[in-house]
Amino acid sequence: MTTDILTVTDLKKYFVIGYSDILRREPITVKAVDGISFTVKEGETVGLVGESGSGKSTVAYTTIGMYRPTAGSISFRGQDLFEGKKGRPLALKKEIQIVFQDPGSSLNPRRTIKQIIELPLKIHRRDENRQEQIVQLLEMVELPPDYMQKYPQMLGGGEKQMVAIARALATDPSFIILDEPTSALDVSIQGKIINLLIRLQDEFHLSYLFITHDLSLMRNVASRVAIMYLGKICEVAKAAEFFRNPYHPYTQMLLSSIPVVSEEEEKLKPKKIISTGEIPSPVNIPTGCSFHLRCPEKMAICSRVDPVMVEMEEGHTVRCHLYDQEGGRR
Amino acid sequence: MSTLTGLSASAAPLLEIKDLHVHFDVYGGTLKVLDGVYFTVHSGEKVGLVGETGCGKTTTMKSILRILPMPPARIPGGEIYFKGQDVLKMGADKLRQVRSEGISMIFQDPTAALNPVFTIGQQLGAVVKYSMEGKKLSRKEIREQALIPLKEVSMPDPERMLDSYPIQLSGGMRQRVCIAMALVASRELLIADEPGTSLDVTIEDQILRLLHRLVEEKDVSVILITHTLGVVREMTDRVYVMYAGNMVEVASTEELFARPLHPYTHGLMDAVPKLTGGGVSDGIPGRIPDYLNPPPGCRFHPRCPRAMDICRQEKPRFYKHNDNHEVACFLYQDGSPLRSGGSSDSLPSGSPLRSGGSSDSLPKGTLA
Repeated sequence: MTTDILTVTDLKKYFVIGYSDILRREPITVKAVDGISFTVKEGETVGLVGESGSGKSTVAYTTIGMYRPTAGSISFRGQDLFEGKKGRPLALKKEIQIVFQDPGSSLNPRRTIKQIIELPLKIHRRDENRQEQIVQLLEMVELPPDYMQKYPQMLGGGEKQMVAIARALATDPSFIILDEPTSALDVSIQGKIINLLIRLQDEFHLSYLFITHDLSLMRNVASRVAIMYLGKICEVAKAAEFFRNPYHPYTQMLLSSIPVVSEEEEKLKPKKIISTGEIPSPVNIPTGCSFHLRCPEKMAICSRVDPVMVEMEEGHTVRCHLYDQEGGRR
Repeated sequence: MSTLTGLSASAAPLLEIKDLHVHFDVYGGTLKVLDGVYFTVHSGEKVGLVGETGCGKTTTMKSILRILPMPPARIPGGEIYFKGQDVLKMGADKLRQVRSEGISMIFQDPTAALNPVFTIGQQLGAVVKYSMEGKKLSRKEIREQALIPLKEVSMPDPERMLDSYPIQLSGGMRQRVCIAMALVASRELLIADEPGTSLDVTIEDQILRLLHRLVEEKDVSVILITHTLGVVREMTDRVYVMYAGNMVEVASTEELFARPLHPYTHGLMDAVPKLTGGGVSDGIPGRIPDYLNPPPGCRFHPRCPRAMDICRQEKPRFYKHNDNHEVACFLYQDGSPLRSGGSSDSLPSGSPLRSGGSSDSLPKGTLA
């Protein structure tokens, strides 16, 4: 039985973007993340999928410690990440690292690759032979040692992302958040990065929280998938199971919207659910189920009551009024 | 000569690009971006153009409309025929006519394509006014004319939209406005440059379906540029694959997805993550060449798993695989190992070839 490495419980993150009147009585908030719970097990890759504005990056940034949650908790190996009033202890920071979407802006253009990778080493590993460690880290991501003296702009997009991965590995973490690590790259380069990440995961027993909007990619990397829509999780399932049997109408819409390249894939898609409507602004989340405005199977109850998570099968939960507590379709 | 004049070649093509070269003069030298591009669109056809970032897709399309910034861009050679007339030799009046009645373009990022300080009505109105040259329209008439395309793109509440600014619209709605603009006058050719890339999957799906419907209704020819193979498969009749300023393969969509020939196309197809699972391939090693100093011969050879000696010296021309399929690769010069039909190849193999094939006499892929 594998243990949970990260447990997110009823996490909420609201941002105040203004006030309703001049006396500042009522804050106007964006509910970027609104009560989500999920777990990541040791050595597992959990995929977090959602469209823009669904709050998936906010989850990442809260986990890494850039934001404090409004409510709820995140615990790492049983330890609450936000217990003290002060910042996170160094030992915890070392364990959780992140790789950002755009390596062009996440690497400082004025630093050499050596300086970029050296910084986390200086902070987290107080031993000497740093040079050697940097060479080792570059080797891990399949880059030659002479890249040390280069600047990020001299590298291609894929190579930059590999440097970003090396930087994340420098602290010897056990949990890495991958925030759309390949969406800024071409498909021909994407594969290399993904396979590198999978290999590193096996080698160092890493756990990943993999954030993406690409469901086909998710199918190939994640062991479990959570779908987010407007700050809430609407379905969680094992990857294979998820693609075989999606329950939530939004998930079905997502799956049927993916452009695919072969007939076999076409067969896997649920029958065409025509995508309609706009993604509402997170400032003005619709009442009841936030998806009801676009839902092809909407009922009267949907606009009034927000559904709760029900477990359909073991490890497959869905938040939709179509399904009742006993795991049957209404 | 040109075997690339379209595959259903009967009538004169609507658009034909022949041996187009585009260079950019920059500090440090000349970027030789397009290196002899051939491209054909027939009336009523939906043509896809696939390739990675920086392979010259947008440059090719911008040269059709002559909206490349010149300088730094320069067109040292090539012809672009639209309905039999060379766009590159047109005078200002003629060119304006092509832009207002013949060809229109939808850009990748609708936010950048719309002017933030004018309302949708003002911007759409300008297009209406421009496309109705000769006719004097009152403000009210312009407004009425502008409403029609907005309704066609299923814009909710079009009246109100006319008075909104782009910032008040979502990304999907902005792209709808751009499509509406492109369809104001009855056009013959629509160039859609990654129309859904900056949008979310479900919204992209909506936009592509909208585009598909309008194109069918209005009987417009389309060039769809994208780097997503799946989109091409669902939307087009025929596909060009482009790599580093060259077309490397052209085939009917069905044929290309069933039997990709060029090693680059193979690599690209393998690299796409599949819904069926089973992991991702490593993709194509290396990266797109430096245009300042492109590799001689076939520009793909440094990354090609099947590169031969000849690839390093000579640029391959298009070899005909069958009626629906041509490929620019020496692997197929004597008919491919897969092929069954006879070769229509009349040139002796290894002769100086049609498409910019003077690379053996000039160093470093310099163009003739």
